[in-house]
This record gives sequence, structure tokens and C-alpha cells, in this order.
Amino acid sequence: MVKLPAFLRTIRQDIDKLPRTYLDNILTKPGPASDPDWIPGLETISALESSKVLVIGAGGLGCEILKNLALSGFKDIHVIDMDTIDVSNLNRQFLFREADVGKSKAEVAAAFVEKRVKGVKITPYNGKIQDKDEEYYMQFKMVICGLDSIEARRWINATLVDMVDMEDPESLKPLIDGGTEGFKGQARVILPTMNSCIECQLDMHAPRAAVPLCTLATIPRQPSHCIEWAHIIAWEEHRKGEVLDTDDPEHITWLYQRALARAQEFKIPGVTYSLTQGVVKNIIPAIASTNAIIAASCCSEAFKIATSCNPFLQNYMMYSGDEGVYTYTFETERKEDCPVCGNLARNLTVNPNMTLQEFIDNLGERAEAQLKKPTLRSEEKSLYSQFPQSLREQTAPNLSKKLSELVVDGEEIGVSDPAFTIAFKYKLIFGS
Amino acid sequence: MAETIITPPILQGPTAKEKKYDRQLRLWAANGQAALENAKVLLLNSGSGVVGVEILKNLILPGVGSFTIVDETNVSELDLGVNFFLEESSLGKWRAEETCKFLQELNPEVKINALKESIDVFADNPSRLEQYSLILLVGPTTNARVLEKICEYADKSSIPLFYIHCQGFFSHFSVQLPAQFPIVDTHPDPASTQDLRLLNPWPELLEFLETKTRNLDSLSDHDHGHIPYLLILLHFLNIWKASHDAQAPANYFEKKEFKALVESGARTNNSEGGEENFDEAAAAVLKSLNPPSISSGLRQVFEADDCQNIKSTSANFWIIANAIRNFHTSHNGILPLPGALPDMKAQSSDYIQLQNIYKAKARSDLAEVTRTVRSSEQEVGRNPPIEQAEIEAFCKGAQFVKMIHGRPIRVAKCTAEIDWNDRAKVLSPELQTPDSLLPLYFAFLALDRYQDDIDRIQKVRKPADDEQLNDIMAGRVVSGAVPPLPMFAESAHFSTPTIDPEHDPKPWPRFDTPEARTTFDNVVKELDRADRGELHNIAALTGGMVAQEVIKVITKQYVLVDNTCVFDGIASKTAVFNI
Repeated sequence: MVKLPAFLRTIRQDIDKLPRTYLDNILTKPGPASDPDWIPGLETISALESSKVLVIGAGGLGCEILKNLALSGFKDIHVIDMDTIDVSNLNRQFLFREADVGKSKAEVAAAFVEKRVKGVKITPYNGKIQDKDEEYYMQFKMVICGLDSIEARRWINATLVDMVDMEDPESLKPLIDGGTEGFKGQARVILPTMNSCIECQLDMHAPRAAVPLCTLATIPRQPSHCIEWAHIIAWEEHRKGEVLDTDDPEHITWLYQRALARAQEFKIPGVTYSLTQGVVKNIIPAIASTNAIIAASCCSEAFKIATSCNPFLQNYMMYSGDEGVYTYTFETERKEDCPVCGNLARNLTVNPNMTLQEFIDNLGERAEAQLKKPTLRSEEKSLYSQFPQSLREQTAPNLSKKLSELVVDGEEIGVSDPAFTIAFKYKLIFGS
Repeated sequence: MAETIITPPILQGPTAKEKKYDRQLRLWAANGQAALENAKVLLLNSGSGVVGVEILKNLILPGVGSFTIVDETNVSELDLGVNFFLEESSLGKWRAEETCKFLQELNPEVKINALKESIDVFADNPSRLEQYSLILLVGPTTNARVLEKICEYADKSSIPLFYIHCQGFFSHFSVQLPAQFPIVDTHPDPASTQDLRLLNPWPELLEFLETKTRNLDSLSDHDHGHIPYLLILLHFLNIWKASHDAQAPANYFEKKEFKALVESGARTNNSEGGEENFDEAAAAVLKSLNPPSISSGLRQVFEADDCQNIKSTSANFWIIANAIRNFHTSHNGILPLPGALPDMKAQSSDYIQLQNIYKAKARSDLAEVTRTVRSSEQEVGRNPPIEQAEIEAFCKGAQFVKMIHGRPIRVAKCTAEIDWNDRAKVLSPELQTPDSLLPLYFAFLALDRYQDDIDRIQKVRKPADDEQLNDIMAGRVVSGAVPPLPMFAESAHFSTPTIDPEHDPKPWPRFDTPEARTTFDNVVKELDRADRGELHNIAALTGGMVAQEVIKVITKQYVLVDNTCVFDGIASKTAVFNI
């Protein structure tokens, strides 16, 4: 390889040997976009090497993230995942082999990368992120997420926002989050309390609208309606008490046969085993190449944040490969009424004649809330409480009352949900 | 009533392969997977070469048929810090073979080969490229001649070729496709594929409309609330036409008025205070009542000479396109009905009946197109007949078919300028646009040109070693033969396009504004900072992008980049240019 003439090269004052890695090229010289005050060299390199980082998820994105961080100069990496390896992971989760099926993802992935890349320490934790407390999360310089669950993202986001102590800059842990679906994905950089957080952006990732129960029960039209019927209604009727395991082929086959019978009854074409599995497990198509793009984008941002060698993403990149290659890079706004990082109650226009039950159902469908088992309080009293049972029984009669009987126009209510560490504040405005 | 007897289905769980590839089969289905498994990919690797290996990783995992790596270098310490498919014990060994060993672990089904040869030697004998279905070439090559030879041969043999650069925070790739590359299965957004043909209903649909809406006002609340929304729209269209000279609402204003008419038909004295099916109908007014039109992609196909004048040697694509064009002309601008029906509030039996009416119409349209195809085949003397499934796929996706016209990859040489011809008009203004990523592409061209220059000096003057070469290059800087730091920056000025070189008195075309010049210089400085090295993240990201595009080429599904893409890892942005 021919190098540029020596006199044209930046003199590496504090490195007495030729670069050991290509990374050193970048870390020992300023670039046109790097901050004028940035000091390249050993200090930057050792800051990178001593940064302890946490990876959440060792699946499709996680495998790529671990590889990328190890080859970006990070030396102390921790990884959390509660899952075990399934055969359907092997088309993209490249740290796993057929012999690994059934083992812990975090443990196998950590051991593999540690063995392959010299000098990297990877500490796995086979369990849930909720098992760990603030003290645990406080030890990391930043957190990189490759998750497929919105709940887990919201939990870690709320936890990191909560940890920020304005007096202590070290308490601010950048959160870098990636997600993919088919040929599409996104990468985002969150500086808790400084810019828009995952909760602020929740309405950009709205869940698919659920099919009304009455459609499933009486007027199915699509193959998915028959499958959902088997999943929600037939299972309850015939195998009550048994926990449905979507990874058990016998269970899926049973649902498939029920769905197929129902489809034949209504002359609906298109129920297949694969579709049954897709609907019941809510399968999102996933491929290696998209994971590679999004994970590398996340790790490139982590590298820039850890080294300051170039400016990092502010704060969202959307990637789409469905039609050509298209990216949209933009800054999402922080929301003052964000239940996690904002202070204000969110205005919500409601029909005062709506019952509390209808209001709760509505909350579950709202993109920015997506609550499953909410507990509601007004300024005065408990409106509806899921736990404990005595309080639930006591407040249940409120469910059939109209909102106008329970709160006044403009009153603030608090909504909490056992799945999240935060409470939502809504200001109810009576309208039509 | 007799109980419905259901034959228990034969229990056919997914096969082992279907299980392993489940998440991708949901994207490109069994036919895409078969194409992938038949593909033979060649990687001509150079430089640190991580991007090439990362592309392969993303093709091996989903099960590409086979691949071959051509690379003669041995593993250095630098490789270990950037390439995941090597380990400490690989040091000093042949890089391609070591890489193959670790890549093979990812998927035992894939056939993997390595060739210890330089790309230069390989390019001397380009007929060996013939056996591959797709070529990946990582730049910069030793000199422009090597690149040129491979591009020419790939073009001549209609083998898709990707040319890729990756250095520091930046990367680039260009795709050279055959002159005609049709894509029928473009996977358009389902929301945009709904051609319900409401402005051109056919007798069976109108008959069903009549049976369902004859006594609209006397229907029970239940039945009224379950009329499929598209029948509601057809019903009110008839009412509207009666008072509008038999014309459907044409502009936004009229559509709003029509929407109000539809809304006024909903019953509100029921327990819900409205009707969901009428809500659906009102919401669909704006998008469902457009007069038939065709996409610009399809228009281009129809206007092409190949479509209008078919011969015995015409590709299947053109024979079918010609038949669909005939259909379009003889049916006053409508296309064969795709036949899919969106979900809507309705009784099961009504919905299924409506679905069957749409499917039957789609089948009869398909039959008409097939008849034209068969008579064309006979007319031009073409054999064997095109498979029905291919015609059907075209009819279903006609609105969204794409014909990509492959263009040759531009080769930057130190001895000649690139002839930009018709592209100059597009690229020149783009170069002056602030924030454009086009300078990135030109920086990589300049890098190629610089490499070509070094190679020429090495051949002409035969310097003893790198140091001596450096001195020669430095001498050229001093003499003005090559402008100063960074050395390859000025090289780009040979190759940037101008609109009208004859009326441009300047010896070299240049960036017209100081801002554009600064942007370009900054790109070059940042590239220079990396000193020919790859960053693993950028190589991995680019490897993902290229792999997506390779899969699109191999499966002929989805729409691929036409034809050049750059990535800026500082701004986290991509841009695509047709060059």
C-alpha cells in the first residue's frame, strides 16, 4: 500500500510507532469537522479504551453491535439479554451456530466476540434489564440498545432520564437506540433530559391497530381474523388455564387447525401455518443486512461520542431500503409535556359522556400511551386502581360512570401502569 | 342444518430450511430464496477489504449459493483490528483463505472458494468472469485499466457489477446493470396498490351493488351498518352523477362536496351515534375517485421502442408489456385489475362475495392479456410460450413495474478526462448545491485517479521503494504537475463535469462557488485523515447497504439504487445519484 508522502502526513507527536490500527489514523489527527478544541492522540485513545459500555439485546442487532464495538476500540463491554437461541435466529444472528440453539444469547455472544477480538472483555448477563438498579446502570459511559420490544425501550429510557443529576455530568448516560423491520430501520441518539427521549418520540412508532373483538367473533373477513379468533377466543374456550406458548409447535399447529376450520366455514382463503405463526407471534421480518446497517450506525455514533473525533448524530436517522436507498436524518423535538422528561400535563380533549372504561380502552390505543393495565388518579381521589384487589373492587363501579361525574373540565389526572416506571399526566378538556 | 365436516389438514409443519429462513422468506418468498441460492458471487477484494467481507457475511447468512474471493494479500496486524473474520492465529497467512474459513462457519450450505491471485492478473483474463452471476469489486484498483477491463467485460456479458469504496467515515458504491433491467415484483406499499376501479365499474359489480343497496333506507340498522364501503361510494356516485351531467366529482372542491353527501347517508340515531362503514367510505373519497392514470415508470415502459415493436428476440418483459399496453389503449386508459381488496367493515359473506367479484374480474383481465401475449408469440414466431405465472405477476403489479437502464461505471484515469455527456447537465448544478453529498463521489473518483497516477509513475520510473515514490510524488507537487495537499484533491478537477466545455475558457472545470469548493476540500481532508484505512463501523454499514442491493438484483424484487450511492458517516446521511 502506498502512503501519502511523509511530509504531507500529520506528525504524530505522541505516538512513537506507526499505527497499530486504522482507528489510530482518525484518533491522532483532527478532521475538518472535528471540534477545534479537540485534542487528538493518546488521551483520546485511552478515554475510548476505558469507556465501559452496556449493550442491551444480543439478538440480530446485538450480535452486530458487540462485533462493531469490539472493533471500534471499546475494551470493556457488558451485554444483557434474557433470551435463548432459536433456530430462526441463525439467518442473521451470526455469532450463533446450530449447536448453540437453546443456550443464552448474552453468554454465547459474549464468549464468541471475546475469543475473536484480542484484548476485549465482554461481561454477559442472562436476564432482564429490570433486574438491575440505578447503581448498576450508573457504572456505564453509555447504553446501546438493539431491542425488539417497545416496553423495554421505554423502561430503560425512563430509568436513564431518572438517573440524571444536574449537579453531576457523569450521571448523564447517552442512550443509542436502533430498530429494524424488513429493509427499514432507524438509529437515534438520546441524551437524557437534554434532547428528545424515546417517550417523546413514541407516537412515531404507533402500534398496529387491533381488530375489534366483534369482528373476530362474528364477521371475520381476513385470514388473520380467523387466526386471531383461534388465538384469543378458541384457545380460551377449549384449553382454558393452559398457558399458550408461541414457541411450542403443538400449540401453533392447534391454532392453525382451528383457524383453518373457521376460515373454511366462512370461505376465507389464505390461512397457512406460516401466517398463523406470524400473526400469533407478531413476527417482524428481519434480515442480516438491515441489522448490519442499523447496528453499525449506532456503533459509529457511540464511537464518535466516546472519542469526540467527529460530531455525532442529532438525533434521528431513518433508513429505508424498500425503494432504492433513502435516509432521512433530522432532529426530533423534545416535548414539554412528555411524561418522562417533560414537566407539563398533556392536554387531552375528551367527550364528557364517555365512560371511564371507554376512556381506559382509548388510552390503550393511543400511540403515545400504549398502556395495558393503567391505574388512574384524579387530583382528589383514586378513579380506578388495578392493585391491590380490594382497591380494584372498590373503584370498579367508577368504570361505568361518565367522565363528567368523576372529574371537572380541565382537571389533571395521573395514569400509571405496572409495565412502566413513570406516570402520565393528562389534563382533561371536555369537548365533543 | 348439517354440521360442516372438515377434513383434518395434513400436518405439514415448516421444513428445517423454512424455519431457519423464516424471517427473510416473509420478505422475498420462496422464489426470491431460490434465486439467492442459485447465485454465484465473485468478490474482487483490495485494500483493507473489510467492506467486501461484510457484504459477503450478509449474503452468506441468508443462504447465497456460492462465492469466490480473489485476494492475494497476507494477513497483517492492521487487518486484525478491523476485520472480524480473522483471528490472531491468521497473522501472516493468506487473507482470503483465512477469511473464508471463518465465513464458512456462518452457513454450511454456502459453497466458498478463495483464489490467490491479484485482481490485475485476474482482469487480464476477463472471460473467467463469465461463470459468475454477480461481481463485487472493491476500489481503488491498482490502476484505471484494471477497473476499465472488468467494467467492460461485465457490461458485455450483462453481469451486474458493484464497485465499492470505503475509507474513514465515507463510502460509495455504484451499480452497473445490464442496459435493461426490469423489475416486476417491486413490493409497493400496500396502501398505494389499491386499484378499486370505482369510476369504471363492470356489470357483475353493479349487479351486486343493486342487490345490496336497492332498499337502502328500509334496511335494518345492522344491515345498513355493514354495507361494504366501496358499495356505499358506488351508490352515492350514482346519485351524484344524476345531478352532475353523469360526471363523477373531479376536483378537490367537488370531492369534498361528495364526501359530505356520503356522510349525510350515515344513520346517527343509533347507539354508536354513527356508522363505521360510512366513516370508511368518507375517508376513502379522496384517494379512491381518481381517474385512471399510470405511473411515470410504466409510462416509460409503454413509450419504449422495445415495447411498441416486439420481435422474436424480445425479452418476456417486453412481450407482456406490449400486451398490457394494448389492454391499456383498448380500455380507455385502465390497467388490468390487480384484484386485491382491502379489508373493510362488512358481513363475512358480503365481503367474500365482493372479493370473488374482484378476483374474477382480475382473472378475466389476465385472460385477455394472455390472449394478446399468445397471439404476439405466434406473430413473431417465439417459443417456448411465456409462463402464465409471469404474465399474472406483471398484471398484478403493472402500475409499479420499473425498467432500470444500466449505465456504465465511470472510470477515472490520470491520462484522460471522463466524458460526462448527458449527465453533466444534472451533476454540475448539483455540485454547487450546499450540503450536497455529490462531492463525496468526486473525492472517490479523485482517489482512483491519484492511484492511477502513482501506478503510472511506478511503471515509468520504477522507483525502488515507497520512500522513493513519495519523493517523486513530492517532486511532482513542487513542479506543479500535481497540486499540493492533499495530493489527490486537485485530481478531481480533471473529472468534474461542466455544462458546456466548449464555452468554458477555463482549462479545468471547477467548483463554481467557494462554498462548493470548501465542501469538496473538507471531504478530501477527512478521507486523507483515514490514510487508506477503513473504520469497521462504516465498512459494516456499507456492507449492509450493498448486501441489500445485491439481494434486490439477485431476486429481482424491490427497487434498487439507480445507480450510485454515497454515505457520509459524519452527518449520518446517504444520497443517490444517477450517474
